[in-house]
Amino acid sequence: MRCEGSGRNAMIDNLRYQGKNEKESSEYPLDQERREFLKMGLVITGVLAGGTVLSLISNVGKAYSLDAYRRKYPYKPHYAMVIRQDRCIDCKRCMEACVSTNRVPDYGWRTIILKREVPESIDQKWDFIPILCNQCNNPPCVRTCPTRATYKDKTNGIVMMDNKKCIGCKSCMMACPYDARYYNEARKAIDKCDFCLEARLSKGIKNVACSEACPADVRVFGDLSDPGSRVYKLIHQLQKPVWVLREEVGANPNIFYMKG
Amino acid sequence: MARFSKTLMILNIKSAYERVVSGGRVYLIFVGLFGLLLLIGIGAGIHALFIAGSRHAYGTYREVPVAILISTYVYFVVASTGLCLISSIGHIFGVREYVPIAKRSVYLSIITILAGFLVIGLEIENPFRMVVYNIISPNFSSNIWWMGTLYGFALVFLTIEFIFLLKEGKHKKAAIVGLLGVITEVAANTNLGGVFAMMHGRSYWYGPYLPVYFLLSAMITGCAFIIFFFVLSHWINRKTMDQPTEKALESVGKLTILLLIIVMIFTVWKMLTTSVGGASAIEAANALISGPYAFSFWGIEVLGGMIIPLILLLMSRAKNMMIMFVASAIMIFCIFFMRLDLVVVGQIVPLYLELGVNEYSRLHTYTLSVHEILVVLGGVGFCGLAFLLGEKVFDGFQQTQSVHIFEEEK
Repeated sequence: MRCEGSGRNAMIDNLRYQGKNEKESSEYPLDQERREFLKMGLVITGVLAGGTVLSLISNVGKAYSLDAYRRKYPYKPHYAMVIRQDRCIDCKRCMEACVSTNRVPDYGWRTIILKREVPESIDQKWDFIPILCNQCNNPPCVRTCPTRATYKDKTNGIVMMDNKKCIGCKSCMMACPYDARYYNEARKAIDKCDFCLEARLSKGIKNVACSEACPADVRVFGDLSDPGSRVYKLIHQLQKPVWVLREEVGANPNIFYMKG
Repeated sequence: MARFSKTLMILNIKSAYERVVSGGRVYLIFVGLFGLLLLIGIGAGIHALFIAGSRHAYGTYREVPVAILISTYVYFVVASTGLCLISSIGHIFGVREYVPIAKRSVYLSIITILAGFLVIGLEIENPFRMVVYNIISPNFSSNIWWMGTLYGFALVFLTIEFIFLLKEGKHKKAAIVGLLGVITEVAANTNLGGVFAMMHGRSYWYGPYLPVYFLLSAMITGCAFIIFFFVLSHWINRKTMDQPTEKALESVGKLTILLLIIVMIFTVWKMLTTSVGGASAIEAANALISGPYAFSFWGIEVLGGMIIPLILLLMSRAKNMMIMFVASAIMIFCIFFMRLDLVVVGQIVPLYLELGVNEYSRLHTYTLSVHEILVVLGGVGFCGLAFLLGEKVFDGFQQTQSVHIFEEEK
């Protein structure tokens, strides 16, 4: 076997090559030049790593606790929804209203009601939890979209879709912590709840379809930047606890939950 | 002058065609087979996207929006980064032993990127919009944008590098462009890791592990591809391996042993940290350790992707080319499933698991569709076809002056 001798041979070869540098100068960059390339490389790497660095900054800077962002509403109007969870009876009228208002196909949904079975409970055995897009203040879907097809509306903070820009890579679906997105074949784009901006708010209607259809007044929709609004008052009282789903993700959602 | 170069080009094309045609029966059968796979794959992808609809044709759905097609893309482009990096050790960073593998590795790096682009092009719902809006509406905070753009640049740099490498006496220029290629490949590769690592809603992926792992994994894949395709190419060209190339492959073999040990340590710590990282992460770890992905993890990823190749490479002492070839073939096969596990297991844990609701209480499942398998085989077909044609068109990537100098100095 050549194994034992090969290491030594390699060393000898290397020593030989050191003496041949001059001869090979036309084929390989000199050490000085190589250093220049490496320096240039470091600069370029710094620029190219920009995407990651930018993303990191955007995450760290905006991660604050529920209490902190209950005092800070960057949009005017700052649309939000309070879901009074214990009032939900799973009648699904909100889902039906959403489907008909926003032309949601049968293979997708913008809002649904989740069921939690609690057999050991001494009163009701079921808990119903409506979910929808959380219109996050720090939306992971917006950060990840390569073409800015999904974006945060600068005025009202609703996470919107610009269908023509959507390439259908589905990275926003991967990024969304709330499973709020699906691919809509008719729109040829990702579809999601837009707080009925396209179908109602833009036409002067003040309330969203799901909230209006709810017979138990579970979903309270409104402007958080207005201290006179119901959502503001519900969120800013201290008697009853208010929470958001998956707070640990740090997306700063605008869908709040409470009981009572 | 223009007429002369045109005539030369026609002559070159003619002789390349003759080399392909006279490649032998087995060679031509494989050219035909890979060509057929490529055509069927493209056809299946077009049918899935524009006729049947991906919802019907692909196995992905709302909860598992990306799967084998993205993992195949990851597989190919990560291999490309690895090939680029390993080849750069020689002809860019000056480690002489690695010089003989430069040209073919750069060529393989180009075709693996293209294979990746082909597969992702048949996965994305609106590939034509991508071409337009990636340029006119870029999102600089998107890892996917950076990854795609940088791989695009890498492809350009690698192609220019390859052209320079083909020409005698252009090594300096090749090294300059090659360095740019290496930088963009590394940046693209780590951004690809970042695509998953930055998903703060998915605890199995989230964290700084993946970008580093992707780079390490790229180098291992690059080593496996180099050993596999170099041995194969000498069979195709019916040539015995010259000593500098053999020596280069021995070095690559030794490097593979080192990298395999490192990736094993990485994997142990990833699994240990994941198994204590909150309910969602624990579910993902359980799926791999004892759940539905246990065979894929233990049998394919760990045994086939790490332990068996390591044993084989140690047995070969990085000298026995046949054993090294078998080890690299097993790695190439198993690494494919490593990528699939990485992509799918990150999504099977329900997002609302901790809420305790019925709808999100069980792990999601993912089943491959026929269309997806065909598109993957289309990517493999492209790679195989481009490799086989490359061997004849570029005449076995004959060694240039640098290798002759290498030989003379011995």
